[in-house]
Amino acid sequence: MTTPTWTNPIVKWIDYRLPIFTFTQHHLVEYPTPKNLNYWWNFGSLAGIMLVIMVATGIFLAMSYTPHVDHAFDSVERIMRDVNYGWLLRYLHMNGGSIFFIAVYVHVFRGLYYGSYKAPREILWMIGVLILFAMMATAFTGYVLPWGQMSFWAATVITNLFTAVPLVGEAIVNWLWGGFAVGNPTLNRFFSFHYLLPFIIFALVFVHLWALHVHKSNNPIGVDMQGPQDSIPFHPYYTIKDAFGLGVLLLVYLSFVFFAPNFFLEPDNYIEANPLQTPPHIVPEWYLMPFYAILRAFTADFLWIPAKVLGVIGMFASVGVLFILPWLDTSKVRSARFRPIFKQVFWLFFADCLVLGYVGANPPEGYFIPLGQLATAYYFLHFLVVMPVLGIMEKPRPVPDSISAAVISGKEDT
Amino acid sequence: MRGSILGAAVALALATGAASAAEGPKLVAQDWSFDGIFGTYDRAALRRGLQVHQEVCASCHGLKLVAYRNLGAVGFSADEIKAIAAEFEVTDGPNNDGDMFTRPARPADRFASPFANAQAARAANNGALPPDLSVITKARKGGGDYIYALMSGYLEEPPADFELADGMYYNKVFPGHQIAMSPPLGDDAVEYTDGTQATTAQMAKDVTTFLVWAAEPEMEERKRLGIKVMLFLLVLTGLLYALKRKIWSDLH
Repeated sequence: MTTPTWTNPIVKWIDYRLPIFTFTQHHLVEYPTPKNLNYWWNFGSLAGIMLVIMVATGIFLAMSYTPHVDHAFDSVERIMRDVNYGWLLRYLHMNGGSIFFIAVYVHVFRGLYYGSYKAPREILWMIGVLILFAMMATAFTGYVLPWGQMSFWAATVITNLFTAVPLVGEAIVNWLWGGFAVGNPTLNRFFSFHYLLPFIIFALVFVHLWALHVHKSNNPIGVDMQGPQDSIPFHPYYTIKDAFGLGVLLLVYLSFVFFAPNFFLEPDNYIEANPLQTPPHIVPEWYLMPFYAILRAFTADFLWIPAKVLGVIGMFASVGVLFILPWLDTSKVRSARFRPIFKQVFWLFFADCLVLGYVGANPPEGYFIPLGQLATAYYFLHFLVVMPVLGIMEKPRPVPDSISAAVISGKEDT
Repeated sequence: MRGSILGAAVALALATGAASAAEGPKLVAQDWSFDGIFGTYDRAALRRGLQVHQEVCASCHGLKLVAYRNLGAVGFSADEIKAIAAEFEVTDGPNNDGDMFTRPARPADRFASPFANAQAARAANNGALPPDLSVITKARKGGGDYIYALMSGYLEEPPADFELADGMYYNKVFPGHQIAMSPPLGDDAVEYTDGTQATTAQMAKDVTTFLVWAAEPEMEERKRLGIKVMLFLLVLTGLLYALKRKIWSDLH
C-alpha cells in the first residue's frame, strides 16, 4: 500500500494532522480483498449494519421508554400509539434483534464451514465469540424491558441460574436483582446494561475489524492471497456487492416489520408482567433456544454436582467451546470444500443446532427430553472429539496453489 | 426458605415448563377485512364492534391504552367523539381545594375502566380478573381468530366427563376449557344502529375487528408505508444488482 498524495489543500491539511483520508483509502478503498468471496461473506458487514440500526432505533426508543415496573409495559405501548412513527421504531428494533442474530449466525456458520478461525485468525475468531456473548447479554436484557410476562419470567429463570454458583450463588443473585426478587431495581439496571452493552459490542467490532485487516479475509478455497493477482480492491467491488446484499436483507427485514411485526414474539409478552402468575411455558427468543435446550438437557446430578449446575456449565460451555475451536480442529486444510468428510459433518452439526433450537422451543416433556440430551451430547462430541480426530484421519482433496489458480481452473464455483 | 422457593421456581420453570398447558382445538382462520398486506379495517364493523364493546364488554373489561380521540381513525367526527366520551365519568384532580372530583370524559382521556382497581374487579367478578382488552389480540396465540372462537366457543353443557367448577363456564378454545366469563354474546344482545342483524357470530366478528384495531391502531398506516418501502427497495435492489454485474464484469 502506497501513501496517497492528496491534491485538495483542505484534505491535505487535515490528512497531515489526522490521516483519516489515508486511513479510509487504505482500509475501505484499496484494501485488498480476495477476488473469489461468495455471498456468504456479505453477512459480516450486514451484521455491522444491523448493529448500527439497533443502536440508532434504540437511542430514540430510550427517549420515550420508562424503566419502571409500573410504567414500562404501558410506556412501550405508548411509544407504539402516541410517538410519531413510534410503532416503526419499536418494530424495527424488535425485529432487528432477530435479523441481527440471523446475520451473525450465518456469519459464524460461514466461518465454521470455511475454517476462517484457523491460523493466523484465531484472535479474530475469539473476539467474534466475545461479540456473540455480548450480543446474547444485550438481547436478554432488552427482552426484559417491555416488562411483559415473558420478560419477567425469563429474567427470573436466567438470573436464578447464578444460584448455581457454589457458596456465594444466592448473594450474587440478590446483588443482580438489587433485592430479593426480580423487581424495579432489576429492571433499572437491565435498562442500564442494555444501553451500555451495544457500545461495548462496537468496541469489540472495532478490534474484530482491526484483527481482520492484519491478515485480511479468508475465502472459499481457504488459501491466503499471495499477491495482487489474487485480490481486488474493496471499493468498488465489495462496496457494491455489500450494498446489493443490504438491499436484499432490508427486503426480508422490513417485510417482517411492516407486514408481520410480531412474528418472532411470544404473545405472552403482550401480557403485563405478573410475579404471581407463572406462564405455562417460559421460552426465550428463538435465537437463544438451542442454548436453552442445552441448559435443560442436564436432568441428573453427576457425582456431587447438581444437575442445575451442570446445565449452567453446559450452556456457557456451548458458546465457550468456540474459543478453543482453532486448536480443536487439527486439520491443516481450512475450507470444507477440500474436506469431503468434514463437509458432511458440518451439515450434521448444523442440523444438530436446529434440533436443539426445536427442543428449546418445546416443553421439556416426553421425547423432547432424550432428544435434547442426544442433541446436546452430539453438540459437544462434534467439537471435542470429531474435530480433533477428523483432522488427523481425513484425507483432504488437493488444495489449489492460489486463488487465481483456482479461478482459472474454474474451481471457484464448486 | 427464600432460597428454596426460588429454587423451586427455577426447577419448575426448567423442568416442567409447559407441562400444564392445555392445548385447545385448532382455531379456524376467519376471513378478516384486515388480513393480508392490503388489508384495512372494515369501518362499519369497527363502529358495530365499538357498540358491542361499550354495551357488553366494557361492563367488565377496561381498554386503558385507547383514548377516545383515537376513535377518529374509526371514522367518528370530532363531535361524535366528544359525545361518546361524555357518556363516561372519569376521576380528575386534585382541584385547588385538594379534592379529587369526577367529570365527564373528554376526547383526550383514555377509555374509562369499569373498576377502580384489580381488587375491585375481582370482588365484583367472583374472584376472577377480567383482563384489559387494549392489546388482547396481540397477547393471544391466534389473535383475532382466537377471540372470535372464544366468543362463539361456549357450550351450554360441558362434555359428560368434564368437571366444571361452580360459577365457571365451558369454552371449547379457552385453555383448560374452564372460563370465569359468562357467555358474553347472545343473539340480539345489542341492537345495531345500522340495522345489521345482531347474531352472535356477527357480534363476535365485529367486536373482534374492533379489538384488533384497538391493539394495532397503526396497522393501516404500517401496511401502506410498507408497500411503498417494498416497491422502492425492489427497484433500488434491482439497480444495485445491475450495477454490481456491471462493475464486476471487467473481472470475468
